[in-house]
Amino acid sequence: MMIIETFGITKVFKTLVAVDHIDLSVEEGEIFGLLGPNGAGKTTLLSMLATILKPTEGTAKVNGYDVIHQPAKVRKSIGMVFQAPSSDELLTGWENLYLHAMMYGVPSHVRRSRIDEVLELVDLKDRAKYLVKTYSGGMRRRLELARGLLHKPKILFLDEPTLGLDPQTRSHIWDYIKRLSKEEGVTVLITTHYMEEADALCDRVAIIDHGKIRALDSPANLKMKVGKSMIKAKVKNPNVEVIRSLPYVSKVEAKDGNVTIILSEVGAHIQEVLCNLGEASFVELREPTLNDVFLQLTGRGIREESAEGWEEKLIQVRTNE
Amino acid sequence: MSELSGLYALWYREVKVFLRERSRIISSIVNPIIWLVAFGGGLGSTISFGGADYQTFIFPGVLMLTVLFTSIFFGLYIVWDKRMDFFKEVMVAPLSRLTLFTGKMMGGCTDSLLQGSFLIIIGLFFNIKYTLYSLVLVIIFLLFLSAATTSLGLAIGAQLSSFEGFGLIQSFVIMPLFFLSGALYPLENLPEWLLIVTRVNPLTYIVDGMRGALLGLNHFPLWMDLGAALAFMVAMILAGTLSFMRMH
Repeated sequence: MMIIETFGITKVFKTLVAVDHIDLSVEEGEIFGLLGPNGAGKTTLLSMLATILKPTEGTAKVNGYDVIHQPAKVRKSIGMVFQAPSSDELLTGWENLYLHAMMYGVPSHVRRSRIDEVLELVDLKDRAKYLVKTYSGGMRRRLELARGLLHKPKILFLDEPTLGLDPQTRSHIWDYIKRLSKEEGVTVLITTHYMEEADALCDRVAIIDHGKIRALDSPANLKMKVGKSMIKAKVKNPNVEVIRSLPYVSKVEAKDGNVTIILSEVGAHIQEVLCNLGEASFVELREPTLNDVFLQLTGRGIREESAEGWEEKLIQVRTNE
Repeated sequence: MSELSGLYALWYREVKVFLRERSRIISSIVNPIIWLVAFGGGLGSTISFGGADYQTFIFPGVLMLTVLFTSIFFGLYIVWDKRMDFFKEVMVAPLSRLTLFTGKMMGGCTDSLLQGSFLIIIGLFFNIKYTLYSLVLVIIFLLFLSAATTSLGLAIGAQLSSFEGFGLIQSFVIMPLFFLSGALYPLENLPEWLLIVTRVNPLTYIVDGMRGALLGLNHFPLWMDLGAALAFMVAMILAGTLSFMRMH
């Protein structure tokens, strides 16, 4: 079943087309990534699906509900973790969760146990009674993740969930998101400009640039289709001609016993290549990354930019309207 | 059902934050004392109205001032909430705008009524004699006042996107509401223009009603004071609700 479907969804801010007629389907239970540089339209798309922004054109269905005509039902079906910190600094972690539980109609008899559950999951149990203003960035993020899950939503929207977190916390959160999607069957829609994140986490990835989807597939397929792998080897007498004649090899260079082979799908062909190449004293493989995919599609890499860009844009847009 | 618990959540948040901010509570107690002691005491050494000394005379006015300021600034504070991402989380919650408005409004009312009650207690030290009747009337007026002015603040704040307009609101809304209400002077023998303006200002009737209840010095009949206060509250609640519906 498709739990999210968009139909030519479009958002125009004055003259900027942030999201340009996107058609997209997300299957129930999958972890779906929107990968692209800042300003690509990922957050705008997510905001429209979360009913925070109204589409200029087109529409979308989330959990079977129309985002324009049934926003309240959409909101009940989703949990949202925003890019910028959105927990209440003047309250404790526990109070933040308690208020969220009440606002989302979590029945009173399970409120406390549910709060304990999610606090445990993000390892914040011993900090729950402290004011959020004393938390570190990573702790706030974990609290917000916990909050997004509190009402057991069918779909979880994560907007750059590990932005600004240290690598250890980041992989901790990845594990957590994976476990959650597996155990609870929650569909996860995540925006990111970290390709490792999309690669490590997502079942399918849509690469977005300038408001359009440029490619959509599993990370492995994307890399296989677009990216080329490379084998570097040290071989005394390489059979260059044999290798060159293999159908999947696009380029072979040999110089002083150092061979560089450019080919597709290295995993499937390495055996054959090495058998034909000759006796190698050293072999190095380089798999394509999603950045290569992006590079090939757009002619540039995914830039790493500051977290504030989007928020400032939104405030600007708000004042302009 | 979830609208109700959402309403409670919004209210709970405001009261919790209010009680946690001791500095705000302290200043809310000190400010009116300064008014009563410095202004009331200073001017009171030369004037008195209707048999009541000036300090006592302006007590209902100072009560109104305290609740007015707390309420209206509480409402305007939503500009800040909107900029903070905390409010984004509230905006995506499956709650109607009416619930959002009502929760905020009730939170603000609770805060300013708490401040009002501190001041009522302080009144004991300024020779204010309470009876059950006067106390109930004063609380009703304060309730109408705080609901109306919190709504007014929220209605304006929901449409603003920055603090730039705050000075203007102070000059053109808050100060005129207060100074043109008869909080500091009696309503008799006023020049023509002031007479008209005070009668248009709904706060005039609230001060007059409380002064009548506490000191027996009312200019208008009680039903008129109560009616005007009630009408003011209903109008402001409507304005606030409409403003929240249009907020984005």
